Amino acid sequence: MTDAAWADLSDATVTVAVLLYAVAMLALAGEQAARASARTGSRASRRAAAEAARRATAERTRVMAGVGGPSLPETASPPAGAPERARASRAGRLGMALALLGLAVHTVSVVTRGLAVDRVPWGNMYEFSSAAALSAVAIFVVLVARRVVDRGLGAFVLLPVVLTLGLASSVLYTPAGPLVPALNSYWIKIHVAAAVLCTGAFLLSGVVAGLYLLRDSADSRLAAGSPLRFPLSLGPSLPTARSLDRAAYAVIAFAFPLWTFAIIAGAIWAEAAWGRYWGWDPKETWSFITWVLYAGYLHARATAGWRGTRAAWIAVAAAVALTINYYVVNIFVVGLHSYA
Amino acid sequence: MTVTAERLSTAPDPERPRPQRLAFVRNSWRQLTSMRTALLLLFLLALAAVPGAFLPQRGLNPVRVQEYFAEHPDLAPVLDRFSLFDVYAAPWFAAVYLLLFVSLVGCVIPRTRLHLLALRTPPPPAPARLERLQAADRWTTSAEPAAVLQAARRELRGWRTTERDGALSAERGYLRETGNLLFHLSLVALLVGIALGGLFGFQGTALVIEGRAFSSTVALYDDIRPGRQFAPEDLVPFGFSLDDFRADYDDDGRALNFEADVTWTPDAGDPDAGEQPYALRVNHPLTVDRARLYLLGHGYAPHLKLVDAAGEVAFDQPVACLPQDVNFLSSCVVKVPDATGEQYAFEGVFTPTTVPDPETGRVTSVHPAPDLPALTLVGYTGDLGLGTGASQSVYRIEDRDRLEPLDDGRPRLLEPGDTWTLPDGATLTWVDTPEWVTVQVTQDPGKTLALVASVTMIGGLLLSLFVRRRRVWVRVRPAESDAAPGTTVVEVGGLSRTAAEAFAAEFESITERLRTTTAAAPPRGDT
Ligand code: HEM
Repeated sequence: MTDAAWADLSDATVTVAVLLYAVAMLALAGEQAARASARTGSRASRRAAAEAARRATAERTRVMAGVGGPSLPETASPPAGAPERARASRAGRLGMALALLGLAVHTVSVVTRGLAVDRVPWGNMYEFSSAAALSAVAIFVVLVARRVVDRGLGAFVLLPVVLTLGLASSVLYTPAGPLVPALNSYWIKIHVAAAVLCTGAFLLSGVVAGLYLLRDSADSRLAAGSPLRFPLSLGPSLPTARSLDRAAYAVIAFAFPLWTFAIIAGAIWAEAAWGRYWGWDPKETWSFITWVLYAGYLHARATAGWRGTRAAWIAVAAAVALTINYYVVNIFVVGLHSYA
Repeated sequence: MTVTAERLSTAPDPERPRPQRLAFVRNSWRQLTSMRTALLLLFLLALAAVPGAFLPQRGLNPVRVQEYFAEHPDLAPVLDRFSLFDVYAAPWFAAVYLLLFVSLVGCVIPRTRLHLLALRTPPPPAPARLERLQAADRWTTSAEPAAVLQAARRELRGWRTTERDGALSAERGYLRETGNLLFHLSLVALLVGIALGGLFGFQGTALVIEGRAFSSTVALYDDIRPGRQFAPEDLVPFGFSLDDFRADYDDDGRALNFEADVTWTPDAGDPDAGEQPYALRVNHPLTVDRARLYLLGHGYAPHLKLVDAAGEVAFDQPVACLPQDVNFLSSCVVKVPDATGEQYAFEGVFTPTTVPDPETGRVTSVHPAPDLPALTLVGYTGDLGLGTGASQSVYRIEDRDRLEPLDDGRPRLLEPGDTWTLPDGATLTWVDTPEWVTVQVTQDPGKTLALVASVTMIGGLLLSLFVRRRRVWVRVRPAESDAAPGTTVVEVGGLSRTAAEAFAAEFESITERLRTTTAAAPPRGDT
């Protein structure tokens, strides 16, 4: 095949992947919704649940902290949810299957882009976005397979993935082409590959930490007997706060050393390309800020009074810093890294 | 509180000194070295780094800082008062990271002491009630207690074990804390490496035209940034000549490759030092001893020759023109002070691939390669004002008061080889067009330390995040009841502070194997 044919294939497959992810997201969201309604059953049982919640006891709090989320509405209403639950699980399996298919098609897109340009497929913002989104989905799938996270999170994970890919293939789209000489080094392969992987992972951990915060405050409102409004009403159908916390940690513990490595590889590259290994270029500065925030996250998890909610806020803030580093710095700030 | 030490180590806390009346100093020290302070300082560091990412920085782009001053004449001086254009050299920035590192050292030293102690201390004795631990198991076997313990010791090979009162204590994963300490100490080493570079390092840039030579001497650089403790004699005295420069572009004008052929010598002052060729490219600096030579930028330097009205050669050299856009439309300034009679000056643009702009009628360049080069110049004659003694930039005509435009200031377009006969009979000839490069020379004596520290930092981090510190105890005793004589009760318990699932699996496989091996052991009384 010619380079142009590979490029066309890559462009076509990325569109298919976005569509597959979007449908997968809807199916997984459907599962979440169905689960939630199976749990709450009818309006009446919801009222009963609210009443039960008002008579909240320490016992209930204990139950809610356990695996599987609050079992309170189930005890408050007859088990009306069996068919709903079956439907929910079918939607969930379908969603996961579509996500896997999307992952496969997306992989084809990234690989064919590489074949079209005869180099690693992460040389500009379009390619970087696509590869980072691929990394987020791939890590998510691995975590689901290893039962670190529940597939129900898929809807929340795929939403930013779809947005990233949509933005990448419209606004940030760059036709296949060669690299500027400064990027022409084997360090780019290493440095950017690590950065791509980490960006995907941190995106994921940011979502999971955000869901932790949601679940956690839903839990405390329920325990206090207050009603839940959107988005907190999503809380009870999420995995337990504890397991979300552990999942976010697992992802960050994996990504932080890699991010450290990415920065060091970048410094080695900068030393060869620009004559200094660190120069507080805006990109370097934001990478540093992100790194310090994640170091803060790991510290917080070992500091009394900072575990849980505060640590999760740090993980969210760090993911925001990462996003700023990517979109704002690349597009609006002039620096040596403005290659896109 | 020494929260840190407690948290870090699953080893027994050494006798802590009884709380005394604490002096203010000690109290502040404890505060400073607490985990919470470390955390706050980390956030402060992240926060302190932010303004430098949004405001132009002198160290990075001094021109942008000047522009900022021009755009915000009221705000800029205020920002400048707080060093906001030199954030990373600012005293308040230094205060944050120095406090953080003092806190770090104050935290790491006692932890290292504790860790060394823990390394020499056998694992703690088994708790009275093993079944209450995070992981626990219990079974009976016909194997003898001693045989069970021996099997357990074999099973727990690689663990640090000790035996007390019929119970085996085992611990492993000390590398977690070792890694953590290594990581934090590497941070200190990294900072030292950076500081060495800042104090004793050197950075200089110079513009060199094809066919010319350069030697690394402080006076010959266009711009230098020496470290505070840098001494000029620390410069590696190498030199090179620029033989040829090539740039390749694709049809859209995107650069594909730059390459400068140089001939270099390790000691420009020593003719016997020997010469070697090197192809200098982006990402391929030349290393000479402690110095590194980088290719940074390039441009065109039209060679002009002016013969004055008296027939004397008043000017005969290349003029480096500074690129103004991606297609290398470059601004050129020529000053000819040495002509007999009037002095001359020319300014204008060099365009490598020249087309007239259809709207303005001015020339512009549509590609960076010299496919259709042209020089468009306006000439002046008169007094350049060089006599005042004030130093002038070679890239700008600074004093136009006593200069008269030639041809009423009409620009003149020259092609390579063209000669322009000025009104007074002098001639300006465009001889040819060599290219120039800007190079940077860097000496950084802290670089190696910084690199080594970075590597050990990652190593320490990996150990500290992925090694699990855990303990297992195995207690054996003969069954108490007479109902089953000759049976042994085996109790196993374990705990791990991290990765509970992974530990649960490990614990299960240990007990599983131990059960099997002791079941296979010859029953009591047979031996
Ligand atoms: C430049 C400043 C610092 C940075 C970037 C930093 C970074 C980190 C990181 C990334 C971790 C998690 C990985 C690991 O366990 O090795 C960590 C852990 C730790 N740090 Fe720091 N640190 C800094 C300063 C300090 C200071 C000042 C203290 C003392 C108060 C400290 C005490 C600890 C402790 C006790 C842990 C282990 C936490 C655990 O048990 O998991 N660090 N640090």
